[in-house]
Amino acid sequence: MEKKTYTITSSEGLHARPCSMLVSAVTPFKSEVTITYKERTANLKSIMGVMGMGIESGAQVEITADGADESEAIAKVDEIMKKESIGE
Amino acid sequence: MKQTITGIGVSDGIAIAKAYRLETPDLTVEKLTIEQPELEIARFEAAKAEAAVELEAIRAKAAENFGEDKAAIFSAHLLVLNDPELESSVKGSIEQGVNAEFALQQAADTFTAMFEAMDNEYMRERAADVRDVTKRLLAKLLGVHVSDPSTINEEVIIIADDLTPSATAQLNKQFVKGFVTDIGGRTSHSAILGRMLEIPAVVGTKTAMASIEQGTALIVDGTDGTVLLEPTDEDTRAYETKKVTFEQDKELLKRFVSESTVTSDGHHVEVGANIASTEDLPLADKNGAEGVGLFRTEFLYMGKSDFPTEEEQYDAYKTVLTSMGERPTVVRTLDIGGDKELSYFSTPEEMNPFLGERAIRLCFEHPEMFRTQLRALLRASVHGNLKIMFPMIATLEEFRRAKGMLLEEQEKLKADGIEVSDTYEVGMMLEIPAAAVIADLFAKEVDFFSIGTNDLIQYTMAADRMNETVSYLYQPNHPSVLRLIHNVIQAAHKEGKWVGMCGEVAGDPLSIPVLLGMGLDEFSMSPSSILKARAQFADLSKAEWEGYIPEILQMETSEKITEFVQAHS
Repeated sequence: MEKKTYTITSSEGLHARPCSMLVSAVTPFKSEVTITYKERTANLKSIMGVMGMGIESGAQVEITADGADESEAIAKVDEIMKKESIGE
Repeated sequence: MKQTITGIGVSDGIAIAKAYRLETPDLTVEKLTIEQPELEIARFEAAKAEAAVELEAIRAKAAENFGEDKAAIFSAHLLVLNDPELESSVKGSIEQGVNAEFALQQAADTFTAMFEAMDNEYMRERAADVRDVTKRLLAKLLGVHVSDPSTINEEVIIIADDLTPSATAQLNKQFVKGFVTDIGGRTSHSAILGRMLEIPAVVGTKTAMASIEQGTALIVDGTDGTVLLEPTDEDTRAYETKKVTFEQDKELLKRFVSESTVTSDGHHVEVGANIASTEDLPLADKNGAEGVGLFRTEFLYMGKSDFPTEEEQYDAYKTVLTSMGERPTVVRTLDIGGDKELSYFSTPEEMNPFLGERAIRLCFEHPEMFRTQLRALLRASVHGNLKIMFPMIATLEEFRRAKGMLLEEQEKLKADGIEVSDTYEVGMMLEIPAAAVIADLFAKEVDFFSIGTNDLIQYTMAADRMNETVSYLYQPNHPSVLRLIHNVIQAAHKEGKWVGMCGEVAGDPLSIPVLLGMGLDEFSMSPSSILKARAQFADLSKAEWEGYIPEILQMETSEKITEFVQAHS
C-alpha cells in the first residue's frame, strides 16, 4: 500500500474540472485508489464520491493506492496534482 | 391561423423558420419485482453503453460549436455515467430483486440529494448534471425517445419548456435560427446562450409548448419578445425587411468592437456595460465594453434560500474583476427594497416602497449583511480595477457612514493579514435630487459619481414610472433633469472627480449628444447598446455640443430639447 498527503491549492477546491482530471487519471489502474478527507474515505475512481466530499481549497487530503500497480498510480496522481496545480 | 404569443425578448434579432419542438420525455418509473437480476444488469450495461456513445457525440459537437472549455462539462458527464459508486449502487438494488429503472432512479435520487444538501452553491448546481446524466440513462432503459436536436438538418426555431445544458450543446448553429422557451428570464441559461450564439431568443412565453405544433411556420422577434404563428405573407415580407436591416446594422457596427470610443474631434469617453451577473461578461466583451459601469449585485442574493456567504460573493467579484483586468469595474452594493424583494428576508410592507427602506438604508438597518458584502469586495479588490458604489445616498452623513464601515472592515482584514488593494475607489450612485443639488459638497469626499437616471427622473418628477397614467412625466430630457445632471458634472469636475451614468438614458441616442456636451465621462448601458452608441459618438463633436449647452439649459420643455438634438445630429 502506498500513501501520499496533499494540500489542495486549486482555488476552487476539488471542483468538477480538477476532479475529472484525477478520476480520469486513476481509473485505468488496477489498484484500489482512495482519497481521505476529514476521516471520510471515497473511491478516487468515483467522481460523485470525490465531489460529494466537498473538498475545499486548503484542505489536507490523503491519497492511498493498494494493488499491483500502486506505485504507478500514486506517481500518476502526483503528476496530475502538480501539472494542473491542484495540490502539493 | 395567425396567432401571436409574447414573452421576454432576451436576444436581439429576427428569425423566420419552422418550429422544432424539443419534448421533455416521460420518464415515469414503475417498481417491478424481477426474477433474473443478471438480465436486468445486462440491460443496464447496454443502456450505459448507448448513453456513452451519445454523450461522446455531444461532447464532440459541443467542442466544435462552443470550444473545449464548454465541452469539458460532458467529459464530466461521462465520468458520472461510468461512476463505480453509481454502478455498484444500481447493481446492488437489482440484486435485491428490483428492475433496473427503479434501481437507477433510486441511486440518482440519492446522489442528487447529496449534492443538493451541500453548503456550497457550486456543488448544489452539480446536482443538475447528475440529473441530466441519469435522465439520459433512464430514457435508454425505458426505450423512450429523447428529441435529438443534433439530427436537425433544416432551418428551425426551437420550442421548449426550458433548455438543458446537454440539449443546448447539441444545437447546430447552422440550422437553429432562434428559440422560444416557456420558462426563464433575462439571466436564465437559455437567454445567455441566445446572446452568446447571437440568435434571437424569447423566453417566459408560458404557452408556446401548448400552442405551437411541430413544423408550424414562425417568426420570432427577439428584440420585443414577439412570436408570430403562421404569419401572413405580408407579415413575412415585413419581417424579412426588418431582419435585413437588423443584420446590416449589426455588420456595420462590428468594426467598432475593438476600437475605443472617440468623438469626431478626438475626445475619448468611456462606454461600459451594465451587467447583472458573471454570466453577462462574455456579452460585455463581445460588444467591446471599455469597462463595467454597473455590476448589480442583487443576483447574488436572489433565487436563493439564504444570504450569500462572503466566500460566494468573493468568488463572483473576483471573477468579474479578473475578467475585466485593467478596465474599470463599478460594483454597486446591495440595492433591494423598493420593487426588489428576497424570499428569505422580509422587508416591512410600506405605503411608498420607493421612498422607504431600500438600498443603503436597508443596509444600515442590517449592518452584518452589509459588512459581509464589503469584506468580500475588499478581498476581491486585489484582482482588478475596483470601484465600489453605494446606492441611494441622500446625505453626506450616509456616505460617510457607509465609507466608515468600509474602512473599518478594511482595517480588520489588514489586521488579519489579508491583502486589500490601495487603489480602489469609493463613490456613490447619484439618484436622489437632494444629492444632486449639493453635489459640490459630495464631490469633495467621493471618488466618483454615477448617475442613476431611472430613479433620478422618477424622484425629480415625483412620478412612478410604472404607473401608466403618469408615465408621461418620465422625461429624460426635461430641463429640470438636465440641469441637475449638469450641476453634478460641473461640481465633480471642479474637484477633479469623474462622472458616469448607468441608467437607460446613457444609451439613448436622443440624450447622448447633450450628455457629451455637458462633459459626462463614462456612459454605461446594456451590452447590446454599446456598439450603436460608439458609432454615434464617432459622428459627434464634443466641442460643438459643449457650445450648445448654455442654449439647451435655457430651453423650456423636453420637447424643444429633443427637437434640437434631432435637428443637430
